[in-house]
Amino acid sequence: MKYVVWILIALLVVLHQDVWFWDDPQLLFGFLPVGLAYHMVLSLAAAAVWLLATIVAWPVDDEEIKSLTKAKLPPEAAREAGR
Amino acid sequence: MTTLVIVACYLALLLGLGLFSNRLFRGTSSDYMLASHSIGPFLLLMSLFGTTMTAFALVGSTGEAYREGVGVYGLLASSSGIVHSLCFYLVGVKLWTLGRKYHYRTQVQFFRERLENEGIGVILFVLLVALVIPYLLIGVLASGAVMNGVTRGEFNGWFFAAENGGVANWIASLVICLVVLTYVFFGGMRGTAWANAFQTAVFMILGVVSFVVIAYGLGGQDSFLANMQVASQAVAEKYMTREHMSQSIFFTYLLIPLSVGMFPHVFQHWLTARSAASFKLPIVAHPIFILIVWAPCVLIGVWATTSLAGVPPQLPPNGVLGFLVKSKASAVLGESGPILAGLLTAGILAAIMSSLDSQFLCLGTMFTTDIVLHYRRGKPLSEMQQVLLARGFIVAIVAVTFLLSLWNQPRVFQLGVWCFAGFTGLFPLAVAALYWKRLTAAGAYASVVATGVSWSVLFWRSGFAEKADYTVDLKLFGETYQTEPVATIFLCSIAALVIVSLVTPPPSEKTLARFFPKSS
Repeated sequence: MKYVVWILIALLVVLHQDVWFWDDPQLLFGFLPVGLAYHMVLSLAAAAVWLLATIVAWPVDDEEIKSLTKAKLPPEAAREAGR
Repeated sequence: MTTLVIVACYLALLLGLGLFSNRLFRGTSSDYMLASHSIGPFLLLMSLFGTTMTAFALVGSTGEAYREGVGVYGLLASSSGIVHSLCFYLVGVKLWTLGRKYHYRTQVQFFRERLENEGIGVILFVLLVALVIPYLLIGVLASGAVMNGVTRGEFNGWFFAAENGGVANWIASLVICLVVLTYVFFGGMRGTAWANAFQTAVFMILGVVSFVVIAYGLGGQDSFLANMQVASQAVAEKYMTREHMSQSIFFTYLLIPLSVGMFPHVFQHWLTARSAASFKLPIVAHPIFILIVWAPCVLIGVWATTSLAGVPPQLPPNGVLGFLVKSKASAVLGESGPILAGLLTAGILAAIMSSLDSQFLCLGTMFTTDIVLHYRRGKPLSEMQQVLLARGFIVAIVAVTFLLSLWNQPRVFQLGVWCFAGFTGLFPLAVAALYWKRLTAAGAYASVVATGVSWSVLFWRSGFAEKADYTVDLKLFGETYQTEPVATIFLCSIAALVIVSLVTPPPSEKTLARFFPKSS
């Protein structure tokens, strides 16, 4: 699924370069320029892709995080322990 | 006068919030600089959004759409929706994990240890501070200009007025600096996060309210939809398309939002998160928040090009939103109109201050952590001494920034985009440090030098930011492609980083085990 997410992110970047609406002046609903509407939808699509990424391709190991947040070592000791 | 009263009330409210958050202060340096890693998803979303959006999100977006048309949304907003979240996801979450594990407070601490090198820390410290200062100046100068603009002609002859009868820019800048200083000084990161959340809500709500009022003011129809239709149908075709915009510039501009991944103040906000899961909401909601703020402002900007708006031709683009609110709010709301104008001014100042506070705090944290605590020998400082030191640095930074703002630097706004290009040039270093085991200190030096040299050459060729539309033109297959300077800087940085890292000895096994544990 990680690869699917990265493909979707790459797709967002490609879709961002929308040459197809570059000089199209039509208005949707009589007020919304189609080029602007397209990019507004792209913002929503970006949110959807990021939602998927947080569900299926979270970049850190939650178990490791739990152990970290429970650690109470003082800063210098923690850094020395890691060295 | 109404505007000034409303802004004064708003600033008083912020001071109250800062002083209240001081009551929650736990007395430790970690609490002062990182809010004891206690910030949950909603507050993290609001504070990150407020920090990354400056006054440009309201005033600049309208002004740019007024100049360039609706293409501004794709150029600056939808690109940021994709790229900012990418930075939070790719860099933010990983850095938070390492920050919690090894108790980092600044980027410099991380790079020093990851690259096993002292010198890179010093160079990065100098570069990051040098790149943040113009960004800070923009906020301070913008706050003065906004207050002067909205009070123009109201205080003729008063001791605090400028020649145009508005509040003198330097007085307004000074007041904003003092308000931000107060809540950062007393509230630290917790106060800053709360103030950011509050201010983000203020500027988002007021942006939308202004949009509705301006639509009614322009259209003169009964329904909201009919008003928008009348306004949009009056706009010339060239503002509804991107026919005059270069496709290659549009593409290379995508690199500018990567700068967020190296902003030191954003790094500090990342570290405040209570858990890695706290990042999920900001990552998902950031593009939606950008949509909510930017889309209405871009529409207002293109509507302002029509005769319905009555914008005076000599008005600078950044004055368009203020002008429309002032003129249309009275027409739509009657006597309540000036109240909306005052509230919108507060909203614009909110957007400015929600970036300024984080930048002041992060510079104070960097001077305390990366210079004093790192190089100090002898008895360690107590927690309270560290807090006092950070506060002292914050006062000094605010004072220096304010004094610099008095020196009239006409190109400081153009300098802002160049600063972003510099941060973007450093972004490959952040990604490589987190994901590429083969990155070496020499590769990092090469990347920083390549960024510095390419940035300096292009900056010089742009006439030191005098040519606002300066581009790097590439000739390929008989065609000329205009590109943003940031693309050249970014590519130089990556090439130097990869080549030099590959020809120098890899990092020690100990360091690799520390930053790339087997489980990940």
